[in-house]
Amino acid sequence: MIELDRVGVSYGDRQVLRDVSLTISDGDLAVVIGRTGRGKSTLLGTLCGLVPHHTGGTLSGTVRVAGRQTSQHRPADLADLVGYVGQDPLAGFVTDRVEDEVAYGMEQLGVAPAAMRKRVEETLDLLGIADLRRRSLTTLSGGQQQRVAIASVLAAQPRVLVLDEPTSALDPTAAQDVLSALTTLVHDVGLTVVLAEHRLERVMHAADTMVWLDGEGGVLAGAPEDVLVVSDVVPPLAALSTVLGWDRVELSVRDARRRVQRERIETHAPAPAAPATAPVLLEASGITVSYGGVVAVSGASLDLREGRITALMGRNGSGKSSLLWAIQGGLAHTGTVRVGGLSIAGLPAAEARRKVGLVPQTASDLLYLTTVAEELSQADRDAGAPAGTAAGILAELGVTLLPDSHPRDLSEGQRLALVLAIQLAAGPRVILLDEPTRGLDYAAKEALAGILRRLADEGRAVVVATHDVEFAADATGDTVLLADGDVVAVGASRTVLTGSPAFAPQVTKVFAPVPVLTVADVAAGLRRP
Amino acid sequence: MAASAEADHSVTTLAPVDERTEPLQRPLRTLHPWAWWVWALGCGAAASLTTNPLILLLLVGAVLAVVSAKRGDDPWARSVRAYLILAALVLGIRLVFQILLGGQRVGTVLFSLPEIGLPAWAAGIRIGGPVTAESVAATLYDGLRLATLLICVGAANALANPRRALRSVPPALADLSLAVVVALTVAPQVVESAFRVRRARRLRGSARTLSAIVIPVLADALDRSMSLAASMDVRGYGRARGTTGAWPWLALAGSGAATLGLYGLLGLPGSSPWAGPSLALGVGAVIVALAASGRRRGTTRYRPDPWGGPEWCVAAAGVLVAGILVALTGAGSAMLRPSTDPLVWPALDPTTPAGALILAALVLAASPLVTAPSNGGSR
Repeated sequence: MIELDRVGVSYGDRQVLRDVSLTISDGDLAVVIGRTGRGKSTLLGTLCGLVPHHTGGTLSGTVRVAGRQTSQHRPADLADLVGYVGQDPLAGFVTDRVEDEVAYGMEQLGVAPAAMRKRVEETLDLLGIADLRRRSLTTLSGGQQQRVAIASVLAAQPRVLVLDEPTSALDPTAAQDVLSALTTLVHDVGLTVVLAEHRLERVMHAADTMVWLDGEGGVLAGAPEDVLVVSDVVPPLAALSTVLGWDRVELSVRDARRRVQRERIETHAPAPAAPATAPVLLEASGITVSYGGVVAVSGASLDLREGRITALMGRNGSGKSSLLWAIQGGLAHTGTVRVGGLSIAGLPAAEARRKVGLVPQTASDLLYLTTVAEELSQADRDAGAPAGTAAGILAELGVTLLPDSHPRDLSEGQRLALVLAIQLAAGPRVILLDEPTRGLDYAAKEALAGILRRLADEGRAVVVATHDVEFAADATGDTVLLADGDVVAVGASRTVLTGSPAFAPQVTKVFAPVPVLTVADVAAGLRRP
Repeated sequence: MAASAEADHSVTTLAPVDERTEPLQRPLRTLHPWAWWVWALGCGAAASLTTNPLILLLLVGAVLAVVSAKRGDDPWARSVRAYLILAALVLGIRLVFQILLGGQRVGTVLFSLPEIGLPAWAAGIRIGGPVTAESVAATLYDGLRLATLLICVGAANALANPRRALRSVPPALADLSLAVVVALTVAPQVVESAFRVRRARRLRGSARTLSAIVIPVLADALDRSMSLAASMDVRGYGRARGTTGAWPWLALAGSGAATLGLYGLLGLPGSSPWAGPSLALGVGAVIVALAASGRRRGTTRYRPDPWGGPEWCVAAAGVLVAGILVALTGAGSAMLRPSTDPLVWPALDPTTPAGALILAALVLAASPLVTAPSNGGSR
């Protein structure tokens, strides 16, 4: 179905893909993996013609989809063959209602009105969004938006569906919805699906083919269990395979669990940590936030202790962001927030950020200068700190950035580190991060976990709002579970995460009921027959 | 990049809606948006032809009654309030300027303001002085006319989904309507990202420069428009467009002829026998050109709004309201322009033929109360 023959893509003198030859057969679900910045999006772009028609750059070699060469056809002319859903579905919506959005592509293709109505109905049913048909697109949740975006390209009946990180912004349950929709499309409709994904643990069990971008511009394609053995992208189950000395990577929790039982591998959980006794740095109680009559956070209370990293988890829309903003003081709320016993209500912004630092979900919102060096020195001035403070913190975090590079050219992970350094320059002892793992690959997440540990070791209290259960298991000591604006569970991550079906990491599921959280836990407690 | 702290909130805000199980049956039939526009513009045109406050107030009453009875629960349905405020503002500003700057200084003096004479080079402008009932009445009448016009436009906005109205333009103008739709989509997103960035700036402390807001917002808007363009491209936008041939030129020539005809009719009344035919010919040419090049676009339309009996009734009501007032203006009816000097109580006498006609026009303006279905909202 898809053939790439010696494909190279370069932007100016930067060669992103080099000599890529690849075949994806009809009806496959292919997953493209690779570290950030290695050209996953570029590879996907070549399939639908966006590269080079929309992005510029030079394409060498040939890309054929169902025999049509994408360099010879504009993306619009491939619309009946390849459907493409970008990273942010909301940014790709042209109309304002679900039904109209689904019909838009067909209107452009000139499908007869009668056929169009029929196909809209079929597509809505296929993705289970018929009850949303008259809803305004902006009022949908993330998972619903993603499914509408898929429906809107699917209605044109393409034979290939290309998705760029379809689940990266979603909570585990919504991601599951989107993935099951995709597997239905592959299994029942016979569609060929190509998707790029950082959170490999979510999709790898469904993959037929895995394409690994090796960072030199080349690719390795093959069966997932073979590719994962050599790739530098290491999802939890691959790490587990390494620790257990398995020759191939088990792709699903079920397979891994069976193999563990077959080989009688036993492990035991580390002794439960003593309850935290470190002094409380921040005490939030009865926090309530409401927007125009709708309550986002209702009476949530939270204690943050010195030297502890806390994960703030919950569905999309459970009030995680609102709670963080309220604690920082940037959002009108009722309830009290005390730092070191003193209320911080009504503090001016410059004072509040000395008490509590917040790295927002869109970290780039804080950046507005043209070079990293300027941003850092501005941060010193903003914080009233001696020159070089922010740059020093950045170095301490173990991140090196070229001083004259543009902040918008940095990778997600680098940008996050820059904003973190800027916020730390004000010297807050409590630091809050809202959804920091978005767009980070496993290595970058590991680096982030290291940075957070360092901050905690220096005696700060760190809170991370995240959907990423694997990251939470790996990097945090405590977990607070929010549902519907209220705290429903609080405790050690080990207790909270292993007890929840939706938020349990894969390793836990493999060894349940033994409460191990991470591969390191397994390795430490390993007993072989 | 585009998802944000705000995204989290908007989802939160709507969580209860998610849980609501929504009925699958079609909502009540909504009236074609253009029918509402014809009706509202007809009422507006009628309002612009009279300064009689009785007629204007009754017309406003009729229009507002229709709006409150027929609007849905969509965001745009609330816009009529903004137009009411705007109308009151227009009226107020005109009145204040009239009182301050005066103008007509003879007649019944209501009260006198201290007068400031400006220096010689600004001769003719006096601030303050006597305020006459005649001048205040004239200003009020004229201001009310403008206010009514604004309320009529507001009513159309509240009753007709602007995007649905744009969906119903001739296919030849689809590019134009698309540009407006994209603007309508991106504008609130830019506002949202400006809000988000402004809030984020607080986190950064003292950075108070404009660039701290403008640059992230612009970068965000640029990213969004690039993704939107890519999305439209891969979904086949612009794919089916054939060559348009000479049709655009015909449209251009047609609109030229129509403009010339209109100028002849309005600017040189009575002296240009060519004006009528030129206007007719021009309009005809434009219609033919739009239809022909629309067919060549090769796009189709999903569920176009039907135009049936209720649409004819509502649109006809608008046209008739305007037509009655135009006819009365042509007949020189005094009821449309009550005298303010000398100041007399404005008359609306239904026993005279003109009065009866005006009353009929007002009833027509309110007729959508009966003829139009209620907007079921977009949901």
